[in-house]
Amino acid sequence: MKKRPYVKGLAVIFMLAGLSAPAFSGSEDVNVENAWSRASIGASRPGAAYMIVRNTGEDAVTLTGLTTPLAMMPEIHETKTNADGVSSMTPAGEITIEAGESLALEPGGLHVMLMNLQNPMTEGETFPLTLTFSDGDEVTVDVPILDIAARGPEG
Amino acid sequence: MFAFIWLLLWWDYRADRAQNTDDPAFVAEFELTDHQGMIRTEEDFAGRWMLVFFGFANCPDVCPTTLAEVAAVVDGLGEDAEKVQPIFISIDPERDTPMALADFVPRFDSGIIGLTGTSKQIAETAETFPIYFERIEEASAPDGYTMGHTSHLFLFDPQAGFVDSWSYGTPAEEILADLRKRI
Repeated sequence: MKKRPYVKGLAVIFMLAGLSAPAFSGSEDVNVENAWSRASIGASRPGAAYMIVRNTGEDAVTLTGLTTPLAMMPEIHETKTNADGVSSMTPAGEITIEAGESLALEPGGLHVMLMNLQNPMTEGETFPLTLTFSDGDEVTVDVPILDIAARGPEG
Repeated sequence: MFAFIWLLLWWDYRADRAQNTDDPAFVAEFELTDHQGMIRTEEDFAGRWMLVFFGFANCPDVCPTTLAEVAAVVDGLGEDAEKVQPIFISIDPERDTPMALADFVPRFDSGIIGLTGTSKQIAETAETFPIYFERIEEASAPDGYTMGHTSHLFLFDPQAGFVDSWSYGTPAEEILADLRKRI
Protein backbone atom coordinates (compact mmCIF):
# COMPACT_ATOMS: atom_id res chain seq x y z
CA MET A 1 0.00 0.00 0.00
CA LYS A 2 2.88 2.31 0.77
CA LYS A 3 4.06 2.28 -2.81
CA ARG A 4 0.79 3.34 -4.36
CA PRO A 5 0.95 7.15 -4.10
CA TYR A 6 4.49 7.07 -5.39
CA VAL A 7 3.57 5.09 -8.45
CA LYS A 8 0.64 7.40 -9.17
CA GLY A 9 2.92 10.39 -8.70
CA LEU A 10 5.32 8.97 -11.21
CA ALA A 11 2.57 8.44 -13.74
CA VAL A 12 1.49 12.08 -13.32
CA ILE A 13 5.07 13.25 -13.79
CA PHE A 14 5.34 11.25 -16.98
CA MET A 15 2.11 12.73 -18.28
CA LEU A 16 3.13 16.27 -17.36
CA ALA A 17 6.46 15.82 -19.05
CA GLY A 18 4.65 14.70 -22.18
CA LEU A 19 6.54 11.43 -22.23
CA SER A 20 4.87 8.20 -22.97
CA ALA A 21 3.91 6.59 -19.71
CA PRO A 22 5.92 3.43 -19.19
CA ALA A 23 3.91 0.48 -20.35
CA PHE A 24 4.00 -2.30 -17.85
CA SER A 25 2.05 -5.06 -16.34
CA GLY A 26 3.24 -7.81 -14.08
CA SER A 27 6.42 -7.07 -12.14
CA GLU A 28 6.30 -3.89 -10.09
CA ASP A 29 10.03 -3.40 -10.11
CA VAL A 30 10.68 -3.29 -13.82
CA ASN A 31 9.54 -0.52 -16.13
CA VAL A 32 9.90 -0.53 -19.87
CA GLU A 33 10.10 2.84 -21.58
CA ASN A 34 10.46 4.23 -25.08
CA ALA A 35 9.82 0.93 -26.84
CA TRP A 36 9.89 1.11 -30.64
CA SER A 37 10.57 -0.94 -33.73
CA ARG A 38 10.75 -0.45 -37.47
CA ALA A 39 8.28 -1.71 -40.04
CA SER A 40 9.50 -4.78 -41.94
CA ILE A 41 9.26 -5.80 -45.58
CA GLY A 42 7.33 -9.03 -45.47
CA ALA A 43 8.06 -11.62 -42.82
CA SER A 44 11.06 -13.44 -44.27
CA ARG A 45 13.76 -11.29 -42.65
CA PRO A 46 14.31 -10.67 -38.95
CA GLY A 47 13.11 -7.49 -37.28
CA ALA A 48 14.50 -5.59 -34.32
CA ALA A 49 12.99 -3.75 -31.35
CA TYR A 50 14.44 -1.22 -28.97
CA MET A 51 13.56 0.02 -25.48
CA ILE A 52 14.85 1.00 -22.06
CA VAL A 53 14.32 -1.62 -19.32
CA ARG A 54 14.55 0.05 -15.93
CA ASN A 55 14.99 -1.86 -12.69
CA THR A 56 13.37 0.34 -10.05
CA GLY A 57 13.50 -2.37 -7.38
CA GLU A 58 16.02 -3.00 -4.65
CA ASP A 59 17.34 -6.26 -6.06
CA ALA A 60 19.13 -7.14 -9.26
CA VAL A 61 16.93 -8.77 -11.89
CA THR A 62 18.03 -11.10 -14.68
CA LEU A 63 16.29 -11.03 -18.03
CA THR A 64 16.08 -14.64 -19.12
CA GLY A 65 13.72 -14.70 -22.05
CA LEU A 66 11.33 -13.00 -24.42
CA THR A 67 8.05 -14.08 -25.96
CA THR A 68 5.79 -12.45 -28.50
CA PRO A 69 3.10 -13.71 -30.85
CA LEU A 70 4.87 -11.73 -33.60
CA ALA A 71 8.01 -13.88 -33.75
CA MET A 72 8.75 -17.52 -33.05
CA MET A 73 12.25 -16.69 -31.86
CA PRO A 74 12.71 -13.38 -30.10
CA GLU A 75 16.15 -13.01 -28.53
CA ILE A 76 18.43 -10.31 -27.19
CA HIS A 77 21.35 -9.91 -29.57
CA GLU A 78 24.33 -7.65 -29.35
CA THR A 79 25.91 -5.73 -32.18
CA LYS A 80 29.58 -5.13 -31.57
CA THR A 81 31.77 -2.86 -33.64
CA ASN A 82 35.50 -3.44 -33.25
CA ALA A 83 38.30 -0.89 -33.54
CA ASP A 84 38.49 -1.50 -37.28
CA GLY A 85 34.85 -0.59 -37.73
CA VAL A 86 33.71 -4.14 -38.38
CA SER A 87 30.25 -4.78 -36.94
CA SER A 88 28.84 -8.20 -36.16
CA MET A 89 26.06 -9.61 -34.07
CA THR A 90 25.82 -12.41 -31.51
CA PRO A 91 23.14 -13.67 -29.09
CA ALA A 92 23.63 -11.92 -25.74
CA GLY A 93 22.27 -14.63 -23.44
CA GLU A 94 20.87 -13.66 -20.05
CA ILE A 95 21.31 -10.08 -18.92
CA THR A 96 21.38 -8.91 -15.30
CA ILE A 97 20.17 -5.42 -14.47
CA GLU A 98 21.42 -4.19 -11.10
CA ALA A 99 19.04 -2.43 -8.68
CA GLY A 100 18.41 1.12 -9.83
CA GLU A 101 20.10 0.49 -13.18
CA SER A 102 18.61 0.29 -16.63
CA LEU A 103 19.30 -1.73 -19.72
CA ALA A 104 19.33 0.20 -22.97
CA LEU A 105 18.29 -1.84 -25.98
CA GLU A 106 19.26 0.49 -28.80
CA PRO A 107 20.52 0.54 -32.40
CA GLY A 108 24.11 -0.64 -32.67
CA GLY A 109 24.18 -2.29 -29.26
CA LEU A 110 22.01 -4.74 -27.39
CA HIS A 111 18.66 -5.08 -29.09
CA VAL A 112 15.69 -7.40 -29.39
CA MET A 113 16.07 -9.53 -32.50
CA LEU A 114 12.76 -10.84 -33.80
CA MET A 115 13.37 -14.01 -35.78
CA ASN A 116 10.81 -16.09 -37.65
CA LEU A 117 8.27 -13.31 -37.95
CA GLN A 118 4.74 -14.68 -38.07
CA ASN A 119 3.50 -11.70 -40.05
CA PRO A 120 4.98 -8.50 -41.49
CA MET A 121 5.57 -5.62 -39.10
CA THR A 122 3.20 -2.90 -40.27
CA GLU A 123 3.76 0.76 -39.51
CA GLY A 124 1.14 2.14 -37.10
CA GLU A 125 0.50 -1.19 -35.42
CA THR A 126 1.87 -2.44 -32.11
CA PHE A 127 2.81 -5.88 -30.87
CA PRO A 128 3.02 -7.25 -27.32
CA LEU A 129 6.44 -8.37 -26.07
CA THR A 130 6.79 -10.21 -22.77
CA LEU A 131 10.06 -10.03 -20.87
CA THR A 132 10.63 -12.91 -18.43
CA PHE A 133 12.95 -12.61 -15.46
CA SER A 134 14.78 -15.25 -13.45
CA ASP A 135 12.45 -14.83 -10.45
CA GLY A 136 9.52 -15.72 -12.67
CA ASP A 137 8.29 -12.16 -12.98
CA GLU A 138 7.03 -11.05 -16.36
CA VAL A 139 6.59 -7.64 -17.88
CA THR A 140 4.57 -7.15 -21.05
CA VAL A 141 5.03 -4.08 -23.17
CA ASP A 142 3.23 -2.94 -26.32
CA VAL A 143 5.88 -2.06 -28.88
CA PRO A 144 4.85 0.51 -31.48
CA ILE A 145 5.89 -0.20 -35.08
CA LEU A 146 7.22 2.98 -36.68
CA ASP A 147 8.32 3.92 -40.18
CA ILE A 148 10.95 1.63 -41.76
CA ALA A 149 13.40 4.57 -41.66
CA ALA A 150 12.62 5.54 -38.03
CA ARG A 151 15.67 6.65 -36.06
CA GLY A 152 14.29 6.48 -32.54
CA PRO A 153 11.13 6.20 -30.42
CA GLU A 154 9.96 9.56 -31.77
CA GLY A 155 10.17 8.27 -35.35
CA MET B 1 42.32 -13.87 -40.96
CA PHE B 2 45.51 -13.27 -42.98
CA ALA B 3 43.46 -11.48 -45.56
CA PHE B 4 42.10 -9.27 -42.80
CA ILE B 5 45.56 -8.37 -41.48
CA TRP B 6 46.69 -7.75 -45.01
CA LEU B 7 43.75 -5.40 -45.52
CA LEU B 8 44.62 -3.49 -42.36
CA LEU B 9 48.25 -3.11 -43.42
CA TRP B 10 47.18 -2.08 -46.86
CA TRP B 11 44.81 0.47 -45.35
CA ASP B 12 47.63 1.93 -43.22
CA TYR B 13 49.91 2.04 -46.22
CA ARG B 14 47.36 3.85 -48.29
CA ALA B 15 46.53 6.27 -45.47
CA ASP B 16 50.27 7.03 -45.02
CA ARG B 17 50.68 7.62 -48.69
CA ALA B 18 47.68 9.94 -48.68
CA GLN B 19 49.23 12.13 -46.04
CA ASN B 20 52.25 12.77 -48.25
CA THR B 21 50.42 13.80 -51.36
CA ASP B 22 47.15 15.35 -52.35
CA ASP B 23 46.11 12.17 -54.09
CA PRO B 24 43.15 10.39 -52.54
CA ALA B 25 44.04 7.37 -50.39
CA PHE B 26 42.13 5.24 -52.86
CA VAL B 27 39.61 5.52 -55.63
CA ALA B 28 36.23 3.80 -55.61
CA GLU B 29 36.14 1.09 -58.26
CA PHE B 30 33.34 -1.35 -58.80
CA GLU B 31 31.28 -3.10 -61.41
CA LEU B 32 28.08 -4.37 -59.84
CA THR B 33 24.39 -4.81 -60.59
CA ASP B 34 21.94 -2.30 -59.15
CA HIS B 35 18.54 -3.09 -57.66
CA GLN B 36 16.92 -2.50 -61.03
CA GLY B 37 19.17 -5.04 -62.72
CA MET B 38 21.48 -2.53 -64.44
CA ILE B 39 25.27 -2.86 -64.45
CA ARG B 40 26.82 0.08 -62.63
CA THR B 41 30.39 1.27 -62.27
CA GLU B 42 31.83 4.28 -60.46
CA GLU B 43 31.88 6.04 -63.84
CA ASP B 44 28.08 6.19 -63.82
CA PHE B 45 28.31 8.55 -60.87
CA ALA B 46 31.17 10.75 -62.13
CA GLY B 47 30.55 14.37 -61.26
CA ARG B 48 28.60 13.48 -58.13
CA TRP B 49 29.72 12.75 -54.61
CA MET B 50 29.17 9.16 -53.50
CA LEU B 51 28.13 8.08 -50.02
CA VAL B 52 28.95 4.37 -49.93
CA PHE B 53 28.17 1.84 -47.22
CA PHE B 54 28.05 -1.92 -46.96
CA GLY B 55 25.48 -4.25 -45.48
CA PHE B 56 22.96 -6.99 -46.14
CA ALA B 57 19.19 -7.09 -46.26
CA ASN B 58 18.85 -9.73 -43.52
CA CYS B 59 20.61 -7.40 -41.07
CA PRO B 60 18.00 -6.15 -38.63
CA ASP B 61 19.99 -3.61 -36.61
CA VAL B 62 23.06 -1.90 -38.08
CA CYS B 63 21.97 -1.82 -41.73
CA PRO B 64 18.46 -0.35 -41.29
CA THR B 65 19.94 2.10 -38.80
CA THR B 66 22.59 3.26 -41.28
CA LEU B 67 20.02 3.35 -44.11
CA ALA B 68 17.72 5.46 -41.90
CA GLU B 69 20.58 7.84 -41.08
CA VAL B 70 21.53 8.14 -44.76
CA ALA B 71 17.87 8.78 -45.65
CA ALA B 72 17.86 11.56 -43.05
CA VAL B 73 21.05 13.01 -44.55
CA VAL B 74 19.47 12.98 -48.03
CA ASP B 75 16.39 14.68 -46.60
CA GLY B 76 18.54 17.29 -44.91
CA LEU B 77 20.45 18.05 -48.10
CA GLY B 78 17.27 19.27 -49.78
CA GLU B 79 18.09 20.53 -53.29
CA ASP B 80 21.75 19.59 -52.85
CA ALA B 81 20.72 15.94 -52.66
CA GLU B 82 21.20 15.66 -56.43
CA LYS B 83 24.93 16.27 -55.94
CA VAL B 84 25.22 13.18 -53.74
CA GLN B 85 24.56 9.54 -54.68
CA PRO B 86 24.01 7.23 -51.70
CA ILE B 87 25.00 3.64 -52.53
CA PHE B 88 24.35 0.53 -50.46
CA ILE B 89 26.60 -2.40 -51.45
CA SER B 90 25.56 -5.88 -50.32
CA ILE B 91 28.21 -8.15 -48.82
CA ASP B 92 25.70 -11.04 -48.82
CA PRO B 93 25.33 -11.74 -52.57
CA GLU B 94 24.00 -15.23 -51.86
CA ARG B 95 20.73 -13.83 -50.52
CA ASP B 96 20.76 -10.27 -51.84
CA THR B 97 19.68 -10.59 -55.45
CA PRO B 98 18.86 -7.34 -57.26
CA MET B 99 15.20 -8.15 -56.66
CA ALA B 100 15.75 -8.62 -52.92
CA LEU B 101 17.52 -5.26 -52.78
CA ALA B 102 14.75 -3.60 -54.82
CA ASP B 103 12.37 -4.54 -52.03
CA PHE B 104 14.65 -3.18 -49.32
CA VAL B 105 16.99 -0.30 -50.14
CA PRO B 106 14.64 2.20 -51.87
CA ARG B 107 12.14 1.91 -49.02
CA PHE B 108 14.41 4.04 -46.88
CA ASP B 109 14.84 6.69 -49.57
CA SER B 110 14.03 6.34 -53.24
CA GLY B 111 17.36 7.92 -54.13
CA ILE B 112 19.50 5.22 -52.54
CA ILE B 113 20.89 2.70 -55.02
CA GLY B 114 21.43 -0.89 -53.91
CA LEU B 115 24.28 -2.80 -55.56
CA THR B 116 25.03 -6.51 -55.53
CA GLY B 117 26.90 -9.00 -57.69
CA THR B 118 28.47 -12.41 -57.76
CA SER B 119 30.52 -13.50 -54.74
CA LYS B 120 33.63 -12.82 -56.80
CA GLN B 121 32.52 -9.31 -57.72
CA ILE B 122 31.71 -8.50 -54.10
CA ALA B 123 35.07 -9.88 -52.93
CA GLU B 124 36.84 -7.72 -55.53
CA THR B 125 34.86 -4.65 -54.48
CA ALA B 126 35.72 -5.29 -50.83
CA GLU B 127 39.39 -5.43 -51.76
CA THR B 128 39.45 -2.17 -53.68
CA PHE B 129 37.71 -0.14 -50.98
CA PRO B 130 39.08 -1.86 -48.73
CA ILE B 131 36.46 -3.21 -46.41
CA TYR B 132 36.24 -6.39 -44.43
CA PHE B 133 33.35 -8.83 -44.32
CA GLU B 134 32.89 -12.37 -43.14
CA ARG B 135 30.23 -14.99 -42.97
CA ILE B 136 29.51 -16.07 -39.39
CA GLU B 137 27.84 -19.43 -38.86
CA GLU B 138 25.07 -18.83 -36.35
CA ALA B 139 22.59 -21.61 -35.84
CA SER B 140 19.85 -19.31 -34.56
CA ALA B 141 20.13 -16.83 -37.45
CA PRO B 142 17.93 -17.09 -40.55
CA ASP B 143 19.51 -19.61 -42.99
CA GLY B 144 22.05 -20.45 -40.28
CA TYR B 145 24.38 -17.53 -40.83
CA THR B 146 24.86 -13.84 -40.30
CA MET B 147 27.46 -11.43 -41.66
CA GLY B 148 30.06 -9.27 -39.99
CA HIS B 149 31.10 -6.27 -42.03
CA THR B 150 32.73 -2.84 -42.01
CA SER B 151 30.02 -0.44 -40.93
CA HIS B 152 31.67 2.84 -41.90
CA LEU B 153 30.01 5.29 -44.25
CA PHE B 154 32.49 6.35 -46.95
CA LEU B 155 32.47 9.65 -48.83
CA PHE B 156 33.97 9.91 -52.32
CA ASP B 157 34.44 13.12 -54.29
CA PRO B 158 33.08 13.68 -57.82
CA GLN B 159 36.25 12.04 -59.23
CA ALA B 160 35.55 8.94 -57.07
CA GLY B 161 38.49 9.72 -54.77
CA PHE B 162 38.15 8.75 -51.14
CA VAL B 163 37.57 11.81 -48.95
CA ASP B 164 36.47 10.70 -45.50
CA SER B 165 34.52 8.11 -43.58
CA TRP B 166 32.22 8.20 -40.60
CA SER B 167 32.03 5.36 -38.12
CA TYR B 168 28.76 3.58 -37.46
CA GLY B 169 26.55 5.53 -35.08
CA THR B 170 27.56 9.00 -36.28
CA PRO B 171 24.30 10.99 -36.16
CA ALA B 172 22.85 12.14 -39.48
CA GLU B 173 23.09 15.78 -38.31
CA GLU B 174 26.86 15.51 -37.94
CA ILE B 175 27.28 13.84 -41.33
CA LEU B 176 25.05 16.47 -42.90
CA ALA B 177 27.06 19.35 -41.40
CA ASP B 178 30.33 17.76 -42.65
CA LEU B 179 28.87 17.20 -46.10
CA ARG B 180 27.58 20.75 -46.41
CA LYS B 181 31.07 22.09 -45.80
CA ARG B 182 32.48 19.98 -48.61
CA ILE B 183 30.00 19.87 -51.45
